[in-house]
Amino acid sequence: MAELLFWPALIAYGEAAVAYVGVLRRPELATRLAIWGVRIGWLAQTCLLAVEAWQADGFPWADWAGALNLFVWFAVGAYLVYGSSPRYRLLGVAVMPAAAALFALAGIGGAAEQSSSDLFTAVHVGLVVAGFAGFALAASLAGFYLWLERRLKRRPAGVLRLGPPSLVTLDGVVARVSVVSLSSFTIGIALGLVRGHSVDLAVAGAIAAWVVFGAALVLRRELGWRGKRAAYLTLAGFALVAFLGLPAGHLG
Amino acid sequence: MRVTLVGVSHHGAGVELRERVALRLDDARAVAEELARDAGEAVCLSTCNRTELYVAHDDDVDAEARATRVLLEREPELANALYRLRDEAAALHLFRVAAGLDSMVPGEGEILGQVRAAFDAGATGALLDRLFRQALYAGRKARAQTGIGESPASVPAAAAALAQQVFGELKGRRILLLGAGKVSEQTARSFVSRGAEIAVVANRTFDRATELAEQFGGAALPLDRIEEELERADVVVASTSSPEPVLRREHVERALRARRGHPLFLIDLAVPRDLDPAINELDGCYLYDIDDLEAVVAESLGSRRREAAAAEAIVAAEAEQFRTWQASLEVVPAIASLRARAEEIRRAELAKAESRLGKLSDAERRAVESVTAQIVNKLLHLPTVRMKQAAAAAEGVVYADAVRHLFGLEDER
Repeated sequence: MAELLFWPALIAYGEAAVAYVGVLRRPELATRLAIWGVRIGWLAQTCLLAVEAWQADGFPWADWAGALNLFVWFAVGAYLVYGSSPRYRLLGVAVMPAAAALFALAGIGGAAEQSSSDLFTAVHVGLVVAGFAGFALAASLAGFYLWLERRLKRRPAGVLRLGPPSLVTLDGVVARVSVVSLSSFTIGIALGLVRGHSVDLAVAGAIAAWVVFGAALVLRRELGWRGKRAAYLTLAGFALVAFLGLPAGHLG
Repeated sequence: MRVTLVGVSHHGAGVELRERVALRLDDARAVAEELARDAGEAVCLSTCNRTELYVAHDDDVDAEARATRVLLEREPELANALYRLRDEAAALHLFRVAAGLDSMVPGEGEILGQVRAAFDAGATGALLDRLFRQALYAGRKARAQTGIGESPASVPAAAAALAQQVFGELKGRRILLLGAGKVSEQTARSFVSRGAEIAVVANRTFDRATELAEQFGGAALPLDRIEEELERADVVVASTSSPEPVLRREHVERALRARRGHPLFLIDLAVPRDLDPAINELDGCYLYDIDDLEAVVAESLGSRRREAAAAEAIVAAEAEQFRTWQASLEVVPAIASLRARAEEIRRAELAKAESRLGKLSDAERRAVESVTAQIVNKLLHLPTVRMKQAAAAAEGVVYADAVRHLFGLEDER
């Protein structure tokens, strides 16, 4: 049953990823196709997760592949909130190919093969994964911001052609997504530490990422580090998460 | 009844001719009433690019002659520049006008309001009412479903659109104007129309700065004190006639410290330039000069022209709908006569049967009424549909004549 739902979700995410590439050429049609791909894929993945939860004895996403599956669901869900708006359509160019690739990876890894009946672990993993998903979204938005910012600086004649969100709006969204993700991540890490998780490389990386994201928010508030600086800090925080292989290392 | 259009536009007449036949709205109303005499309809559409008289009348030759006379009386030299269109062609032309496809700047936004005003001031009946309503609908649809009206078509509009790429909504954003000439004023209007606030006007001639500032509810400042305002402004618009830059990189750099990372958008419309180009290198500063803006406008116009092809298809489909509707009018009298005759027969037959129906209860009588009416309706439904279809295929008159002949309706023409 889960297998039957995995493929429609993957195909829909793949379709959305391909359609987003076409946004630069035929914005209206490509956006419609892409958004429907995201919606259908997310719906199929939601059903997949529900089936996995129903079939499993306990929390079904405690292994790395399961956590990756959950991570993609959070990330695409968060993107749906913003990405459904035409102003954010270009963000899908960054989000959906990555989401499709990670989802495929989760499928290859055999999602939800391990399960844990420990509620504490479930909450811990859920919050940390939601935090990662938020960081990924914030990093995509930050990358998008930097691309738009550079474009505005270079002053091409077609600068008005794409109709993207404004820099100020995007900067504010990066900050808001970071706040929500950091809150979830903080509680998740705290639960792990309370439970007596040993401090290994993955945990050290998680704490380093926490410090970078936290610093970005504090510097923004206290010293007015907005725009490019905030975007670079967000990307640095996410790079720490990604390069240390945190999702796989920590949850595997 | 046929629609006739007689008009003159920028395609065939220069402004020196067009201005002589331009009609203010009151004059347009009076002319429309005059042309609509003797059971006709008329609308006068007069904009800076065109004056067009739309007349609907049974005698279309006379209607065209009268409309032509109205224009030539005002300017006899127009004779060679006038164009005349009928029915479907007139409708297509009006729909293209409403969609901004006939304008100098494709998709320009003002024309739709002007068509609406002309319609409101016109002497309309069923035909022109339908024509103008459908024109307004076609104009809105073309704008909604294509990007023909989206991109800015002038330097001030491009400047404001670029500022929106930085700030999003411009409501409440502070604009600092450097220079108080015509260009500054036009650009200021473009920003104000999007909700921005002209906070300060700085100019070498302080009186002129005060005058412009008062016009927009802002404050005036001498040019040598602009650094104070730089800390608070969101957008700087420069268009002074100074031979030297009035704002250098170091001025902006100093102000940036107090701005706490808030972006600053700068527009330099002056030649020689007022703003040091090196300002664009500063973090959070976006500087566009007149060449950049003109390139953006040229690109926008190109994009509008590309969108125009899609808009043309939309107005053509609307014109086709109008043609079908107008053609169906040819058979409407025949259909009405046929239905009236059928109803007359039905009532007569019911009256004849009155003695037998007398024994029926009220409910039974209503049932008989309903059944006979349904029989008549069902019998006439298909001929009605076929006649309308034939009308759409230009055979309406033949079918209408056949129906009149078959059912003996000739006297009711």
